Amino acid sequence: MSASVHAIPVDFERQRAVCAALRAFMPEHGVLFDREDVTPYECDGLSAYRQVPMVVALPENEEQVCAILETCYALRVPVTARGAGTGLSGGALPLGNGVLLSMAKLMKIVTLDPLARTARVQPGVRNLSISEAAAPHGLYYAPDPSSQIACSIGGNVAENSGGVHCLKYGLTVHNILKLRVATIEGEIIELGGGGLDSAGYDLLALMTGSEGLLGVVTEITVKLLPRPECAQVVLAAFDDVGTAGQAVANVIAAGIIPAGMEMMDQPTILAVEPFVNAGYPTDAAGILLCESDGTREEVADEIRRIERIMEDSGAHLVRVSRDEAERLRFWAGRKAAFPAVGRLSPDYYCMDGTIPRKRLAEVLRGITVMEKKYELRCANVFHAGDGNLHPLILYDANDPRQLQNAEDFGAEILKLCIDVGGTITGEHGVGVEKIDSMCVQFNSAELEAFHALKHAFDEHALLNPGKAVPTLHRCAEFGRMHVHSGAEKFPELPRF
Amino acid sequence: MSDPATQFADAIRAAADAKRPLNICGGGSKTFYGNPSIGETLDVTTYRGIIEYEPTELVITARAGTPLADIEAAMREQGQMLGFEPPHFGGNATLGGCIAAGLSGPRRPYAGSARDFVLGLRLLDGRGTDLHFGGQVMKNVAGYDVSRLITGSLGTLGVILEVSLKALPLPPSEMTLCREQTQSEALALMNEWAGKPLPITATCHVDGRLYVRLAGATPAVHSAAAKLGGETLADGAAFWRDLRDQRHAFFSGESPLWRLSLSSIAPELQLSGAQLIEWGGALRWLRSDSDAMGIRKAARSGDGHATRFRGGDPRSGAFHPLPSQMLKLHKRVKQAMDPVGIFNPGRLYADF
Repeated sequence: MSASVHAIPVDFERQRAVCAALRAFMPEHGVLFDREDVTPYECDGLSAYRQVPMVVALPENEEQVCAILETCYALRVPVTARGAGTGLSGGALPLGNGVLLSMAKLMKIVTLDPLARTARVQPGVRNLSISEAAAPHGLYYAPDPSSQIACSIGGNVAENSGGVHCLKYGLTVHNILKLRVATIEGEIIELGGGGLDSAGYDLLALMTGSEGLLGVVTEITVKLLPRPECAQVVLAAFDDVGTAGQAVANVIAAGIIPAGMEMMDQPTILAVEPFVNAGYPTDAAGILLCESDGTREEVADEIRRIERIMEDSGAHLVRVSRDEAERLRFWAGRKAAFPAVGRLSPDYYCMDGTIPRKRLAEVLRGITVMEKKYELRCANVFHAGDGNLHPLILYDANDPRQLQNAEDFGAEILKLCIDVGGTITGEHGVGVEKIDSMCVQFNSAELEAFHALKHAFDEHALLNPGKAVPTLHRCAEFGRMHVHSGAEKFPELPRF
Repeated sequence: MSDPATQFADAIRAAADAKRPLNICGGGSKTFYGNPSIGETLDVTTYRGIIEYEPTELVITARAGTPLADIEAAMREQGQMLGFEPPHFGGNATLGGCIAAGLSGPRRPYAGSARDFVLGLRLLDGRGTDLHFGGQVMKNVAGYDVSRLITGSLGTLGVILEVSLKALPLPPSEMTLCREQTQSEALALMNEWAGKPLPITATCHVDGRLYVRLAGATPAVHSAAAKLGGETLADGAAFWRDLRDQRHAFFSGESPLWRLSLSSIAPELQLSGAQLIEWGGALRWLRSDSDAMGIRKAARSGDGHATRFRGGDPRSGAFHPLPSQMLKLHKRVKQAMDPVGIFNPGRLYADF
């Protein structure tokens, strides 16, 4: 995160050559290179990292996408695809010597088949607009990342996005049937199919979550699900987050897969409650929101059981949403958690580790110790059902020491996640942000296997290079830096 | 005696050095599936046992040679199951074979496939290198999703050593309904129902009868049964188990068995031979002596693919031919994981 605002000097000759080659088939307004035109693309949702791209290309159809890739391949220009730019790991950070391929203009819902419960959509379509289009048929698209009003489905595929309902309804990979993908050579391949599986290797699964390193998705066929008849949520407050964690385990042990199961710790509750008046008890060490959805009978049965389990697990307050308005109010607090925490401090740094749930109390204790070590506060929001923890580290980016501490704090949290048997990223992706932590999670043989797979799709490493999978050289450097942490060599050099 | 995983790695390195193919074998319950195997047998059944099972984390991790039946029994004891209802086909099916074949049973369209439930795995690649991908947590997007790529690759990319799977709770109650229905009516109903919030976990049409399994909270099952109508099948569990393991009468006989995986709304197939429909219309089993070309053409027109599942003319490959671009990519993926090409050559496609 630190020292990442930097600029590679533009190679104007190269820039002219690439623009000329692209404008041979693209309209003038579809190829941008003026500093002021390309600056809006300098970062994605992780704004601590910025880099102005050499060229921005804005294709309007699949043919143009293919032609742009073919051109870049011929000229050996690296390409970074970008959807809505809401990603939180810098996956769409441009390259100063590369083309930023914006998929934003491919925003048509091509077809929606209510009987087959599928929709064919272009990558720039917003996640929520699929559900909106499906709503008249009683259907919806299940994965609902918190950015769903803005994020694009193409970006969701690249990141394998989840959401608060993914324990029950799965991630993007579980909710798509087919992809049309442009290869770096500019050819179209189809992965998956109209049925529930396809011949040969499951390249659909491999492509999903590959962060733009294997191909550029030009069309997605998503599955639509019937909208549940009803939903209700239980709010339970605990004096201790470990007890709350045990309550989650007790719900699962009772054979219930909640539609959503979220935990917030006290710093988060204190930030949220004055912000949205969700009715959260501010004296609680942690609260759980546990949602049931399905038919009326299913929900009534499950809610009754969840209520009892929360009480038996030691909740000092249990409330069930009485109507849809109250259900939405309970959720409003959770959905406003990030902006509410954001008001407490000039900046916050959102982490995304996943841990085995039983290690939660231990991990939270570890984070408390780190708060003292790095002299920074941390609020925790937790997708408790699936173990995905979002610690929000509060800092002030204008203070270089705080910025450095926030970065080190984050890396130490990720290290802890790996140590307890978890992973450095549950849903935000590696991007540039967590690339060094990949060296901790995977050994060199595993990283080499990733590189070999990358090579199978993109032998000249032109698709989003420098993201997601670190080079072994980089890991060797990182290992050295780790040993001498605090006495890093060449602190003035960019390190992203 | 050394650890079986070390022995496998040694065998792989020796085979790679000598460029000798290896035929990776579990319980042998699915040797009929795919193209014929060649090479020296690498028996992985010695590497067995459940490593870790945390019911409240919804995760089970076991070695590849563990009998599927053992895993399911351990899960049943905790009120859980494998959500994709994997076929056993015989008594000896192992976890490794289950994941390598990637086949799923009647619950698949309603709960997910084998690959959907895979959270992570450990495997030996074509150099005998021990690799871990994914993990034991529900959400993990670090690195490419190699675990799901391996699922269904029929052992052509590596020797699976250990697999972590997501567990699901057993439903508190189940009920199977059946009724007389023509095939086209059944297809229409299956698709219509799937668009409604009903607790359906399996559907099948065979011999002019439509079967539907409901599962979940008892009141929800009863309420859905009242909505759908039809008579209750006394031993529903046996019906679905026989279907899953192909012990249903439809699967006996001499005609080649084809598996057509299609769009659920693909119309009735105009092909000669008996048909059985599963997966809400997305899976059509066909017993037919028709030529492979015609069957595959029909599958293509249903936006799907056709597998020669059992029997038939081995000169037509078991799996649907790949477009040239995809075949090229498959060979390169194979090359990445198994550079010398020693694992199960030809089992999936003749070219690699």
